[in-house]
Amino acid sequence: MANTTPSQQTYLPGTHPDLPPPVSTSGVIGWARSRLFSSPLNIILTLLCAGFLWIIIPPLLTWGLFDAVWQADSRKDCWAQMDVPEGGACWAFITDRFRVFIYGFYPEGERWRVNLSFVLFVIAALYALYDRMPARRYGLWYCLAFPFLVGWLLFGGLGLTPVETNDFGGILLTMVLGVTAIAFSLPIGIVLALGRRSTMPVLRIVCVLFIEFIRGVPLIALLFVASTMLNYFLPPGTFFDLLIRVLIIMTLFASAYAAEVVRGGLQGIPRGQYEAADAMGLTYWKTHRLIILPQALKISIPGFINTFIGTFKDTTLVLIIGMMDPLGIGRSALADAEWAGLAREMYLFIALFFFICCFSMSRYSLHLEKKLDTGH
Amino acid sequence: MNEPNTYKPSIDSKDSIISITGMHKWFGDFHVLKNIELEVGRSERIVICGPSGSGKSTLIRCINRLEEHQRGKIVVDGTELTNDLKHIEVVRSEVGIVFQQFNLFPHLTVLENLTLALVWVRKTPKAEAEEAAMRYLERVKIPEQSAKFPSQLSGGQQQRVAIARALCMNPKIMLFDEPTSALDPEMIKEVLDVMIELAESGMTMLVVTHEMGFATAVAHRVIFMDGGEIIEQNSPVDFFENPKHDRTKLFLSQILHH
Repeated sequence: MANTTPSQQTYLPGTHPDLPPPVSTSGVIGWARSRLFSSPLNIILTLLCAGFLWIIIPPLLTWGLFDAVWQADSRKDCWAQMDVPEGGACWAFITDRFRVFIYGFYPEGERWRVNLSFVLFVIAALYALYDRMPARRYGLWYCLAFPFLVGWLLFGGLGLTPVETNDFGGILLTMVLGVTAIAFSLPIGIVLALGRRSTMPVLRIVCVLFIEFIRGVPLIALLFVASTMLNYFLPPGTFFDLLIRVLIIMTLFASAYAAEVVRGGLQGIPRGQYEAADAMGLTYWKTHRLIILPQALKISIPGFINTFIGTFKDTTLVLIIGMMDPLGIGRSALADAEWAGLAREMYLFIALFFFICCFSMSRYSLHLEKKLDTGH
Repeated sequence: MNEPNTYKPSIDSKDSIISITGMHKWFGDFHVLKNIELEVGRSERIVICGPSGSGKSTLIRCINRLEEHQRGKIVVDGTELTNDLKHIEVVRSEVGIVFQQFNLFPHLTVLENLTLALVWVRKTPKAEAEEAAMRYLERVKIPEQSAKFPSQLSGGQQQRVAIARALCMNPKIMLFDEPTSALDPEMIKEVLDVMIELAESGMTMLVVTHEMGFATAVAHRVIFMDGGEIIEQNSPVDFFENPKHDRTKLFLSQILHH
């Protein structure tokens, strides 16, 4: 049966083989045809977009890469090095301030502690996020110890020189705030969500009030409360450092949102799952730990990443109560007469930092969703 | 008016494994079960049928306390069901249930579904639990599917896994809540075959089903419920051939002549 056009061949009923799809619907040509040029409107849109990119991208690359200056002493020095003054980006500004961007005002001699903390963070993140790590059991214990270990390293005490929290700044501050709020908001959020669905009225009301209060008040207002008023509410004599107060507020804020994400996930679990677990004699906690939460949290991943990314970016709001996050560092750097007027470079750099962090979170969540998919 | 039940099952009440007396249940204002009286003997097999909303599912779900009754008494193998969690725990360890929608745990493999309760409730060592699980999977004739996730199985296979999962806990009583109603026709038989095999092994079974062939072949007694009451009960032969109550006749004519 050497027929070259199998589509025209006839087969006996029940003997038709699986044939490959026509070339025009698969491969690069098929993709371009169906996605880019499928109709007159699509052709116009494709051409318009291509034209737009053609106009935007070359000048952007020229400004940001080809004509950019990476090493200089000042803005004037920067422009002097360019063919056309102000024709390229003056990344020398960022290079000059890079260490302040990273460490804030952390004492020079103690910066190894920040570096070590970052290494410890990467290890903890790998153990927490990937289940193929060697000796994962111990790795997870390490993850639990990690906040205390790094807290000790960064704040000092017990043999290390104490560091004033006023000296925390830049990316260090963003990471401390973001990682703490995100890491603690997950367990607190789960507890709040379970409390909100509890049959015990007091517990339920407390959880509902907490969640609704925190969600109903702007984060900035809560941060002002943290910076000015929180000490009035605490028993006399107790004093929390401003950074600690802000950490608590940001964690609680993220927790309230995480709680609602978990609640959404819990509501997606059919009643039959609870019934099957009950019928087997599993207790409330075992039912939730083994049956309900693994499924509910999986549904919640996109929501979690959404709030986590929001939380991470919201850390920049501490600028308002005088803390020096990258944005604060950047603004003070712009006030320097030597470098004034380079706002574009500065904000682009900060934007790039946040984009890399948030985009990684987003990609990780996609990976996780794919990995946990058991097809139901 | 409810005619008095003339049929007396041939069980000595001392030998009954489930004893329900004067039991009532309400969903809010809705009186869903009315004055239920039921004695089930050891190794007795009962089929419960009736129109939808008649309370038959609720009745068997009361037996392992998935539903709480508000009045009357339910005693399962000597343990009365009260709000005492210890009692509920004891009863649930002796009663297995199979649901219409299977209710397998979708995030766990078939084997994990079976071993979960053994490991976490019975504290059986993992290897031993897996051995037992494989034994029950062989009994329902799907040992080769043990590593798959429930979503990769057909409906009939999922329901057989659900039966094996309930059997793993070595229950004295098995409840079946419309086990074949969610299945495609060609899969009903494979599930019924497993249930028939189970019946032949002497398991006490309460089955809510409209599979009248199964009732005739397996049941010692058929119970007809309507409006929250037990209207009529009889041996399968008498029940189908000689129904006494008008509502039973109407129901049988509707399900048998379509």
